[in-house]
Amino acid sequence: MIIGITHFLIISAALFCIGLYGILIKRNLFSILMCIELMLNAVNINLAAFNYFLPMPDLSGQVMILFSVAVAAAEVAVGLALIFRVYRDFRTVNIDKLNSMKG
Amino acid sequence: MNIDLSSGLFYFLAAVMLFSALGIIYCRNLVHSALFMALCFISVAGLYAMINADFLAAVQIMIYAGTVVILIVLGIMITRRTTMERTSMPEKKYIFRASVLAGILFFLMSYIFITAGTLPTLNTVTLPDDTVSALAELLLDRYMLAFEIAAVLLLAAMIGAVVLAKGADEK
Repeated sequence: MIIGITHFLIISAALFCIGLYGILIKRNLFSILMCIELMLNAVNINLAAFNYFLPMPDLSGQVMILFSVAVAAAEVAVGLALIFRVYRDFRTVNIDKLNSMKG
Repeated sequence: MNIDLSSGLFYFLAAVMLFSALGIIYCRNLVHSALFMALCFISVAGLYAMINADFLAAVQIMIYAGTVVILIVLGIMITRRTTMERTSMPEKKYIFRASVLAGILFFLMSYIFITAGTLPTLNTVTLPDDTVSALAELLLDRYMLAFEIAAVLLLAAMIGAVVLAKGADEK
Protein backbone atom coordinates (compact mmCIF):
# COMPACT_ATOMS: atom_id res chain seq x y z
CA MET A 1 0.00 0.00 0.00
CA ILE A 2 1.42 3.34 -1.04
CA ILE A 3 1.95 5.83 1.74
CA GLY A 4 0.10 8.95 0.69
CA ILE A 5 -0.64 12.31 2.19
CA THR A 6 -3.65 10.88 4.05
CA HIS A 7 -1.42 8.72 6.24
CA PHE A 8 0.67 11.69 7.27
CA LEU A 9 -2.39 13.81 7.94
CA ILE A 10 -3.96 11.10 10.09
CA ILE A 11 -0.89 10.49 12.23
CA SER A 12 -0.40 14.20 12.71
CA ALA A 13 -4.06 14.51 13.71
CA ALA A 14 -3.50 11.70 16.21
CA LEU A 15 -0.43 13.43 17.62
CA PHE A 16 -2.34 16.72 17.87
CA CYS A 17 -5.22 15.05 19.71
CA ILE A 18 -2.86 13.29 22.11
CA GLY A 19 -1.28 16.65 22.89
CA LEU A 20 -4.68 18.26 23.39
CA TYR A 21 -5.76 15.41 25.68
CA GLY A 22 -2.57 15.80 27.70
CA ILE A 23 -3.09 19.53 28.10
CA LEU A 24 -6.63 18.97 29.31
CA ILE A 25 -5.91 16.24 31.85
CA LYS A 26 -2.47 17.04 33.21
CA ARG A 27 -2.14 19.33 36.19
CA ASN A 28 1.60 19.97 36.05
CA LEU A 29 3.05 22.97 34.24
CA PHE A 30 5.95 20.97 32.79
CA SER A 31 3.63 18.33 31.37
CA ILE A 32 1.51 21.05 29.78
CA LEU A 33 4.62 22.57 28.18
CA MET A 34 5.60 19.18 26.79
CA CYS A 35 2.13 18.61 25.36
CA ILE A 36 2.21 22.03 23.69
CA GLU A 37 5.45 20.95 22.00
CA LEU A 38 3.68 17.80 20.80
CA MET A 39 0.92 19.86 19.20
CA LEU A 40 3.46 22.12 17.48
CA ASN A 41 5.22 19.06 16.10
CA ALA A 42 1.96 17.73 14.71
CA VAL A 43 1.50 20.95 12.77
CA ASN A 44 5.08 20.73 11.50
CA ILE A 45 4.48 17.21 10.17
CA ASN A 46 1.49 18.57 8.29
CA LEU A 47 3.59 21.31 6.70
CA ALA A 48 6.32 18.91 5.59
CA ALA A 49 3.79 16.44 4.19
CA PHE A 50 1.98 19.13 2.20
CA ASN A 51 5.28 20.36 0.84
CA TYR A 52 6.20 16.88 -0.33
CA PHE A 53 2.91 15.63 -1.73
CA LEU A 54 1.26 18.70 -3.18
CA PRO A 55 2.60 20.08 -6.49
CA MET A 56 4.86 22.75 -5.04
CA PRO A 57 7.79 24.05 -7.04
CA ASP A 58 9.96 25.02 -4.07
CA LEU A 59 10.49 24.33 -0.40
CA SER A 60 8.30 27.04 1.12
CA GLY A 61 6.64 24.58 3.49
CA GLN A 62 9.96 23.61 4.96
CA VAL A 63 10.85 27.28 5.44
CA MET A 64 7.61 27.62 7.39
CA ILE A 65 8.74 24.73 9.57
CA LEU A 66 12.00 26.56 10.28
CA PHE A 67 10.05 29.62 11.47
CA SER A 68 7.75 27.44 13.51
CA VAL A 69 10.74 25.79 15.20
CA ALA A 70 12.21 29.21 15.99
CA VAL A 71 8.95 30.37 17.56
CA ALA A 72 8.67 27.11 19.49
CA ALA A 73 12.17 27.54 20.89
CA ALA A 74 11.34 31.07 22.01
CA GLU A 75 8.11 29.78 23.53
CA VAL A 76 9.94 27.12 25.52
CA ALA A 77 12.44 29.65 26.87
CA VAL A 78 9.77 32.12 27.98
CA GLY A 79 7.53 29.34 29.28
CA LEU A 80 10.28 27.86 31.43
CA ALA A 81 11.13 31.30 32.78
CA LEU A 82 7.46 31.80 33.68
CA ILE A 83 7.39 28.40 35.37
CA PHE A 84 10.45 29.31 37.45
CA ARG A 85 8.80 32.57 38.40
CA VAL A 86 5.59 30.83 39.40
CA TYR A 87 7.53 28.23 41.35
CA ARG A 88 9.46 30.85 43.26
CA ASP A 89 6.34 32.85 44.10
CA PHE A 90 3.94 30.00 44.88
CA ARG A 91 6.24 27.07 45.69
CA THR A 92 4.26 24.78 43.41
CA VAL A 93 3.85 23.89 39.75
CA ASN A 94 0.39 22.43 40.14
CA ILE A 95 -2.02 24.61 38.23
CA ASP A 96 -4.92 23.81 40.53
CA LYS A 97 -3.08 25.60 43.32
CA LEU A 98 -2.58 28.73 41.23
CA ASN A 99 -6.01 30.16 41.92
CA SER A 100 -5.22 33.44 43.59
CA MET A 101 -6.98 35.43 40.87
CA LYS A 102 -10.29 33.91 41.89
CA GLY A 103 -10.15 36.08 44.99
CA MET B 1 10.93 11.99 -6.34
CA ASN B 2 8.04 9.77 -7.24
CA ILE B 3 9.34 6.72 -5.50
CA ASP B 4 6.75 5.30 -3.16
CA LEU B 5 7.72 5.45 0.46
CA SER B 6 8.43 2.24 2.26
CA SER B 7 5.33 1.53 4.25
CA GLY B 8 6.95 -0.66 6.89
CA LEU B 9 9.28 2.11 7.99
CA PHE B 10 6.43 4.60 8.02
CA TYR B 11 4.23 2.43 10.22
CA PHE B 12 7.12 1.67 12.55
CA LEU B 13 7.96 5.36 12.98
CA ALA B 14 4.32 6.31 13.42
CA ALA B 15 3.82 3.59 16.03
CA VAL B 16 6.90 4.67 17.97
CA MET B 17 5.79 8.30 17.77
CA LEU B 18 2.26 7.68 19.01
CA PHE B 19 3.39 5.24 21.70
CA SER B 20 5.94 7.67 23.09
CA ALA B 21 3.40 10.50 22.91
CA LEU B 22 1.09 8.42 25.08
CA GLY B 23 4.07 7.65 27.32
CA ILE B 24 4.55 11.36 27.93
CA ILE B 25 1.04 11.56 29.32
CA TYR B 26 0.90 8.34 31.30
CA CYS B 27 4.38 8.27 32.83
CA ARG B 28 4.35 8.77 36.56
CA ASN B 29 7.84 10.25 36.62
CA LEU B 30 8.33 13.57 34.88
CA VAL B 31 11.88 12.79 33.80
CA HIS B 32 10.64 9.65 32.09
CA SER B 33 8.08 11.81 30.32
CA ALA B 34 10.88 14.02 29.05
CA LEU B 35 12.80 10.98 27.78
CA PHE B 36 9.68 9.77 25.98
CA MET B 37 9.45 13.22 24.46
CA ALA B 38 12.99 12.87 23.08
CA LEU B 39 12.01 9.51 21.55
CA CYS B 40 8.90 11.06 20.03
CA PHE B 41 10.88 13.90 18.49
CA ILE B 42 13.48 11.54 17.06
CA SER B 43 10.79 9.47 15.36
CA VAL B 44 9.28 12.68 13.97
CA ALA B 45 12.75 13.43 12.58
CA GLY B 46 12.65 10.02 10.90
CA LEU B 47 9.35 10.92 9.31
CA TYR B 48 10.88 14.16 8.03
CA ALA B 49 13.76 12.24 6.51
CA MET B 50 11.26 10.03 4.68
CA ILE B 51 9.64 12.95 2.88
CA ASN B 52 12.66 14.73 1.47
CA ALA B 53 13.26 17.03 4.43
CA ASP B 54 16.64 15.85 5.63
CA PHE B 55 17.81 19.26 6.84
CA LEU B 56 14.65 19.55 8.91
CA ALA B 57 15.32 16.11 10.36
CA ALA B 58 18.70 17.36 11.56
CA VAL B 59 17.10 20.54 12.91
CA GLN B 60 14.48 18.49 14.69
CA ILE B 61 17.06 16.30 16.40
CA MET B 62 19.32 19.21 17.34
CA ILE B 63 16.72 21.68 18.57
CA TYR B 64 13.88 19.55 19.86
CA ALA B 65 15.49 16.32 20.95
CA GLY B 66 18.60 18.15 22.08
CA THR B 67 17.84 21.57 23.43
CA VAL B 68 14.18 21.58 24.37
CA VAL B 69 14.26 18.24 26.18
CA ILE B 70 17.40 19.17 28.07
CA LEU B 71 15.92 22.54 29.06
CA ILE B 72 12.75 20.90 30.33
CA VAL B 73 14.68 18.24 32.29
CA LEU B 74 16.79 21.01 33.80
CA GLY B 75 13.64 22.86 34.80
CA ILE B 76 12.16 19.73 36.34
CA MET B 77 15.33 19.17 38.35
CA ILE B 78 15.48 22.76 39.57
CA THR B 79 11.88 22.95 40.72
CA ARG B 80 11.73 19.49 42.18
CA ARG B 81 11.50 20.26 45.85
CA THR B 82 8.49 18.23 46.87
CA THR B 83 7.42 15.00 45.30
CA MET B 84 5.69 15.54 42.01
CA GLU B 85 4.19 12.11 41.50
CA ARG B 86 0.80 13.16 42.70
CA THR B 87 0.51 16.34 40.69
CA SER B 88 1.91 14.90 37.49
CA MET B 89 -0.69 12.17 37.22
CA PRO B 90 -3.82 12.70 35.12
CA GLU B 91 -6.67 14.25 36.98
CA LYS B 92 -9.45 11.71 37.33
CA LYS B 93 -12.41 14.01 37.01
CA TYR B 94 -11.34 15.41 33.65
CA ILE B 95 -10.33 12.16 31.94
CA PHE B 96 -13.74 11.25 30.55
CA ARG B 97 -14.58 14.66 29.13
CA ALA B 98 -11.10 15.25 27.74
CA SER B 99 -10.90 11.85 26.08
CA VAL B 100 -14.34 12.29 24.51
CA LEU B 101 -13.32 15.72 23.21
CA ALA B 102 -9.98 14.58 21.80
CA GLY B 103 -11.48 11.40 20.34
CA ILE B 104 -14.28 13.27 18.59
CA LEU B 105 -11.78 15.75 17.19
CA PHE B 106 -9.53 12.95 15.95
CA PHE B 107 -12.33 11.01 14.29
CA LEU B 108 -13.75 14.09 12.62
CA MET B 109 -10.35 15.08 11.25
CA SER B 110 -9.67 11.52 10.04
CA TYR B 111 -13.08 11.41 8.39
CA ILE B 112 -12.41 14.65 6.59
CA PHE B 113 -8.95 13.53 5.45
CA ILE B 114 -10.13 10.13 4.22
CA THR B 115 -13.20 11.35 2.37
CA ALA B 116 -11.46 14.33 0.77
CA GLY B 117 -10.93 12.94 -2.69
CA THR B 118 -9.06 15.85 -4.15
CA LEU B 119 -5.80 15.32 -2.31
CA PRO B 120 -3.11 14.04 -4.63
CA THR B 121 -1.14 11.09 -3.38
CA LEU B 122 2.10 11.75 -5.20
CA ASN B 123 3.99 14.87 -6.02
CA THR B 124 4.15 15.67 -9.69
CA VAL B 125 6.70 18.46 -9.45
CA THR B 126 10.31 17.57 -8.82
CA LEU B 127 11.52 19.10 -5.61
CA PRO B 128 15.14 20.22 -5.43
CA ASP B 129 17.33 17.41 -4.22
CA ASP B 130 19.77 19.54 -2.25
CA THR B 131 17.46 20.86 0.42
CA VAL B 132 20.06 22.82 2.34
CA SER B 133 21.01 25.22 -0.43
CA ALA B 134 17.41 25.43 -1.65
CA LEU B 135 16.26 26.36 1.85
CA ALA B 136 19.06 28.89 2.19
CA GLU B 137 18.12 30.57 -1.07
CA LEU B 138 14.47 30.78 -0.07
CA LEU B 139 15.26 31.94 3.44
CA LEU B 140 17.60 34.74 2.43
CA ASP B 141 15.71 35.82 -0.67
CA ARG B 142 11.95 35.62 -0.50
CA TYR B 143 11.58 35.21 3.27
CA MET B 144 14.27 37.73 4.19
CA LEU B 145 12.00 39.95 6.30
CA ALA B 146 10.50 37.01 8.17
CA PHE B 147 14.00 35.71 8.81
CA GLU B 148 15.06 38.98 10.39
CA ILE B 149 11.87 39.15 12.42
CA ALA B 150 12.53 35.64 13.71
CA ALA B 151 16.01 36.73 14.75
CA VAL B 152 14.60 39.71 16.64
CA LEU B 153 11.99 37.43 18.22
CA LEU B 154 14.67 35.07 19.49
CA LEU B 155 16.64 37.97 20.96
CA ALA B 156 13.52 39.35 22.65
CA ALA B 157 12.66 35.90 23.99
CA MET B 158 16.16 35.50 25.40
CA ILE B 159 16.09 38.88 27.16
CA GLY B 160 12.56 38.28 28.39
CA ALA B 161 13.42 34.85 29.75
CA VAL B 162 16.43 36.19 31.61
CA VAL B 163 14.45 39.08 33.09
CA LEU B 164 11.52 36.85 34.04
CA ALA B 165 13.60 34.15 35.64
CA LYS B 166 15.88 36.51 37.49
CA GLY B 167 13.27 39.02 38.52
CA ALA B 168 13.40 42.62 37.32
CA ASP B 169 12.98 44.08 40.77
CA GLU B 170 15.90 42.40 42.48
CA LYS B 171 19.27 43.55 41.32
